[in-house]
Amino acid sequence: MSSAVQPVQAMPLSADGLDELHQAVAGFDREQLLWTSGYLAGLARLEGEPPPHTPASAAATGEGLTVFFATETGNSRKIAGDIVSAGQAHGLTVDTVDLARCKPRQLARTRNALFVVATHGIGEPPEGTDGFFDVWLGDTAPALANLRYGVLALGDSSYADFCEAGRQLDTALANCGATRIIERVDCDVDFTAAAGHWVEKAVKMAAACDDETPGKAVLRAVSSPAPIDRKRPHRAPVIVNQRITGRRSSRDVRHVELDIDGAGLAYLPGDSLGVVSSNPPRIVDAVLEAAGLDGDVIVALDGDDLAAAAALGERLEITAVSRPFLDAIARREDGLSQKLSDRAFLRDYLETRQVVDVLHEFPVDWTEQSLVDALRRLPPRLYSIASAPNVNPGEAHITVTVLDYERFGRAHWGSASGFLADEPSSVPVYIEQNPRFRLPEDADAPVVMIGAGTGVAPYRAFVEQRRELGQRGPNWLIFGNRNLDSDFLYQQEWLQYHEEGYLRHLDVAFSRDQADKIYVQHRIMEQGRRLVDWIDQGAFLYVCGDAKCMAVDVHAAILAVLEQYAGLSGEAAVERLDELRASGRYLRDVY
Amino acid sequence: MTREQSPVEKLKARSNFLRGTLAASLSNLVSGALAGDDTQISKFHGVYQQDNRDERAERNRQKLEPAWRFMIRARIPGGIVTPAQWRDLDALARRYADASLRLTTRQAIQFHGVIKCDLRNTIRGINDTLLDTLAACGDVNRNVMCAPLANFSAIHTQALQVAQAISNHLTPRTRAYHELWLDGENVAAEPEHEPLYGSSYLPRKFKIAVAIPPVNDVDIYAQDLGFIAIARDGELAGFNVTVGGGMGVTHGDAATYPRAADAIGFCSPDQAIAVAEQVVLLQRDFGDRSNRRHARLKYTIDDRGVDWFREALATRLDTPLTAPRAFRFTHRGDPVGWARAADGCWNLTIHVPQGRVRDGDEARLLSGLNAIASSHAGEFRLTPNQNLIVAGVPDDGRSAIDRQLADYGIDTLQSASGLRQQALACVALPTCGLAMAEAERYLPDFSNAVERLLARHGLEDLPLSLRISGCPNGCSRPYLAEVALVGKAPGRYNLHLGGSVNGDRLNTMVAENLDEAGILAELDRRLARYAESRQHGEAFGDFAARTARTEGAVTPA
Ligand code: SRM
Ligand SMILES: Cc1cc2nc3c(=O)[nH]c(=O)nc-3n(C[C@H](O)[C@H](O)[C@H](O)COP(=O)(O)OP(=O)(O)OC[C@H]3O[C@@H](n4cnc5c(N)ncnc54)[C@H](O)[C@@H]3O)c2cc1C
Ligand SMILES: Cc1cc2nc3c(=O)[nH]c(=O)nc-3n(C[C@H](O)[C@H](O)[C@H](O)COP(=O)(O)O)c2cc1C
Ligand code: SF4
Repeated sequence: MSSAVQPVQAMPLSADGLDELHQAVAGFDREQLLWTSGYLAGLARLEGEPPPHTPASAAATGEGLTVFFATETGNSRKIAGDIVSAGQAHGLTVDTVDLARCKPRQLARTRNALFVVATHGIGEPPEGTDGFFDVWLGDTAPALANLRYGVLALGDSSYADFCEAGRQLDTALANCGATRIIERVDCDVDFTAAAGHWVEKAVKMAAACDDETPGKAVLRAVSSPAPIDRKRPHRAPVIVNQRITGRRSSRDVRHVELDIDGAGLAYLPGDSLGVVSSNPPRIVDAVLEAAGLDGDVIVALDGDDLAAAAALGERLEITAVSRPFLDAIARREDGLSQKLSDRAFLRDYLETRQVVDVLHEFPVDWTEQSLVDALRRLPPRLYSIASAPNVNPGEAHITVTVLDYERFGRAHWGSASGFLADEPSSVPVYIEQNPRFRLPEDADAPVVMIGAGTGVAPYRAFVEQRRELGQRGPNWLIFGNRNLDSDFLYQQEWLQYHEEGYLRHLDVAFSRDQADKIYVQHRIMEQGRRLVDWIDQGAFLYVCGDAKCMAVDVHAAILAVLEQYAGLSGEAAVERLDELRASGRYLRDVY
Repeated sequence: MTREQSPVEKLKARSNFLRGTLAASLSNLVSGALAGDDTQISKFHGVYQQDNRDERAERNRQKLEPAWRFMIRARIPGGIVTPAQWRDLDALARRYADASLRLTTRQAIQFHGVIKCDLRNTIRGINDTLLDTLAACGDVNRNVMCAPLANFSAIHTQALQVAQAISNHLTPRTRAYHELWLDGENVAAEPEHEPLYGSSYLPRKFKIAVAIPPVNDVDIYAQDLGFIAIARDGELAGFNVTVGGGMGVTHGDAATYPRAADAIGFCSPDQAIAVAEQVVLLQRDFGDRSNRRHARLKYTIDDRGVDWFREALATRLDTPLTAPRAFRFTHRGDPVGWARAADGCWNLTIHVPQGRVRDGDEARLLSGLNAIASSHAGEFRLTPNQNLIVAGVPDDGRSAIDRQLADYGIDTLQSASGLRQQALACVALPTCGLAMAEAERYLPDFSNAVERLLARHGLEDLPLSLRISGCPNGCSRPYLAEVALVGKAPGRYNLHLGGSVNGDRLNTMVAENLDEAGILAELDRRLARYAESRQHGEAFGDFAARTARTEGAVTPA
């Protein structure tokens, strides 16, 4: 990162003002610089009021506390930050470590450890942390007799393997002889309250054990809440809401451009936009009707009294089914309870049913209040940002598949995608950083982008950004979808980049254009020779889109190609791919 | 004077006998289009790249390339299709095209809406029916027309044989067609050779028709080369030979104009192929290869005069042409409905509105004709008026066909007005890339409006020939109609009046760039004058031509 900042004519800062700025950010890594720019822009929006939270100087003594976090969408990292500030209040020195970037053995040299662990994929530890989990969950895990620990598990109760990674780590560490200083808490998507209590209690416990042995004072992350976040989203005016699939397509995919100018929302290609929307009225009506309830009846929720329809519409998850909702029914309808113990049934049921289906399949005599109590809070939905910040200043673009399907004899819609499909004039949003899906810093590095459906969205930002910055690294897109005629998202742009030579290679797989289904993994196999050559030349491989099938098939195809064209054995190929992942050259943003 | 070759000429020369880079274009999966140059070469294979112009703006907003679609034209010499072939074409249309078959003004059939990845399967399917698409388009001889009418069975059979023989003789020999679309092997054992065309083929398309008086349904005066069958005692004595007909015009370019063909002599039936070959070779050698707008035979002849052409042809023929024989054309329209042929069978002529065979809300023409084809033992004949004749129906087969027509809501339009039965429109929008205004989709409404005008002047049963073309290229042969609209801009046409009933006289433009109201007002005025002061039995076209000088042109609205 070159620190020489070219002075701009009529610069608002004096020369020494500039020097102070340089010192203030000296040593910040790329992430922190970016975050600070957002923070400062936020300050500008607040007309320079002093930030609510001034960092205290580090004067703690004692042995210190290490917070390990395993994250993909940044929640666990944020809670780790909360532990750091809570630790200071107790005079505790706290060090945060990302499990995706640490040596697993480091745990053996740690005295006090708190873990904030999210679960991703299908009950798996977050992307890049499986190296750590393989060691400590494996049967050859070394002893941890002098470790004192606690685990906070993050998850989403609409998944069958709720908080699986956190749960497994908690039991594994106990099996290694470590002493648990605080019981694990499993947090659902609305984790703020539950996590807050746990952090408070865990830090007190850690501080109590801390006074026996001295530690070194280390304070790295400056954590103070950014002005805009999922609790205080920015209501972004909609600039464009354009369907970009042809009229014969079986899917309605929208290109949405949002005005985030002046909201202090800085982002990098690879980040996601969090959409904090409300449920479309047609879904509220369907749920009320299925439960035989009246939307005008007043209910109590979070200390407010409001109409049931408003509660369902504004605050509650009424599409995706969550475990607590099923448990609430199981208590009154025994048909369901033993089924819930069957993991396979639960996984399939949660993936294929929406709340309205459950209400029809397991009828219960609800009251407005009992239904509201059984449903969990409405979490935001994430959408990969499809625009390059440098090319679209003050804007964020997203690419959204509108969920609208017929099943079990009734219509179904998506909450956020339905909200966007109704062409709102503005959308509450925030930025969800994704440091693990960044463009290479080396402008000449080759980039291979593999995406299916809306998985192509971040690549639009990637290529736009590289081109804008005049980066000469070759780009190769492998895109898959159903039909060439109507589903080639952003086709005009890719064809132009390809003609210009900015896209060195453009391979496409349209599964339904021929008798047999052809997907991106088939193109990877066909271009195996070229892929291995690119990898040898230092290429970065990106995979984005469907987690369940595409990401798995692509992973297998890359391994097969490494075997066939790089002459590696099965295991060697797995190692090579893990190496690439560890060195940040195999990056995935799958959902 | 050798002037610089036009870009298309250079393209043909380096296309290696019509291969170009078509194979690469077909395997390029990122776009539904062919590479630029290949869109010219594909025409020789009967394939036109188009896009759905109704969707252009929408597609652009969707950040998608235009909805590229291909028109495929099947070549059907003399317009004769067997029921089995028809059913195969029907199946191909439903599977790969837009579930419609388009009968053309040259007795051929077009598919619209085929996507690139289905091109090979569609063309293979067409070839499996023993029809093909080679040379249905491009700078070669096109579909050879032959008057379909069967009431002079002996004459028709011989004339049809001549038409099909000429077509086979002038078909390009290149293996590119088979290589690209059929068997796929590049078996270039012996070097390619086009004995007749050479490696650059003709300077422009070439059109031949065989007419059987008294009907001029093939519009012989619009053809580059025409053979008018001369009968003696019910046998084919030979043909009057006509050359230099053509319609294509470019708005505002006075150097382009329609031309009615000239009769230059008479030849015996077995001389016909030699005559056809030599006329084509003269055009190959003397046609203008630097300016495609000046490349048709009509210009080659006008540049040097008909006498030069007659002598040049005489030197190349073994036995020169003798003087043209007397004959008479009385009309051009198809006799819609049942008619008995000389051989005792019956022929049913069905008026297909604008040649579009499709299942509509009321009339389900595609399915109906398919049902007839599956029980009919005779043949289908396509007419130059975009209609279809179910030919060779035995006496006892008629009622079954009438029932089938009724079942599918098909009205043969026997009772429709003369105007509606003869009206012609080119395809134009949404598929034709050159269209400036609607034609096929506008003809029904415009015919209704003209029928109302005729009724107002007591001319309900006037068999007026009305033709609309979406641009001045003239694919519905508008310049030979009594009343013609030639597209100038969306909803705006030039109005032409004065063609003859039998098609031997070009009309003249009486008004330019009119909208519908302007056209109807002008027609209303002229029809009123015609109703008052027409001579006994004088056709409207003749009246308009006769009074053209006194009426004068209308200044554009
Ligand atoms: C289908 C048909 C009209 C119809 O409704 O039946 C037709 C349709 C087209 N004609 Fe034609 N022409 C058709 C008969 C004619 C005729 C009438 C005739 O042949 O008796 C003419 C006037 C006679 C003549 O050639 O002078 C005709 C003169 C043209 C021209 C002008 C040629 C010229 O010499 O300037 C063009 C444009 C060109 O070739 O550059 C043209 C070009 C076209 C194209 C292929 C447009 C293009 O080049 O992109 C049209 C395809 C539209 C579509 O979407 O299907 N078409 N075209 C006829 C198909 C005939 C066949 O089966 O081969
Ligand atoms: C990091 C990240 C990036 C993302 N990027 C994008 C993106 O760029 N574009 C994009 O469109 N989405 C993206 N998503 C997915 C997006 O966040 C939402 O999950 C998706 O849009 C659906 O949300 P919704 O509110 O419309 O549907 P919801 O209201 O959440 O409804 C979903 C529920 O409907 C049911 N369901 C859904 N599909 C089916 C089906 N086919 N059959 C049966 N039941 C079904 C399931 O029960 C599911 O729980 C991303 C997700 C993440 C985590
Ligand atoms: C693609 C994806 C898959 C997920 N899979 C699970 C799961 O299997 N079980 C679960 O409890 N939570 C699952 N979650 C929910 C996350 O654990 C939850 O959102 C958590 O807050 C993420 O924390 P992080 O931002 O630190 O990654 C999933 C989330 C995503 C985006
Ligand atoms: S006349 Fe013009 S608009 Fe009509 S089909 Fe021919 S080229 Fe197209």
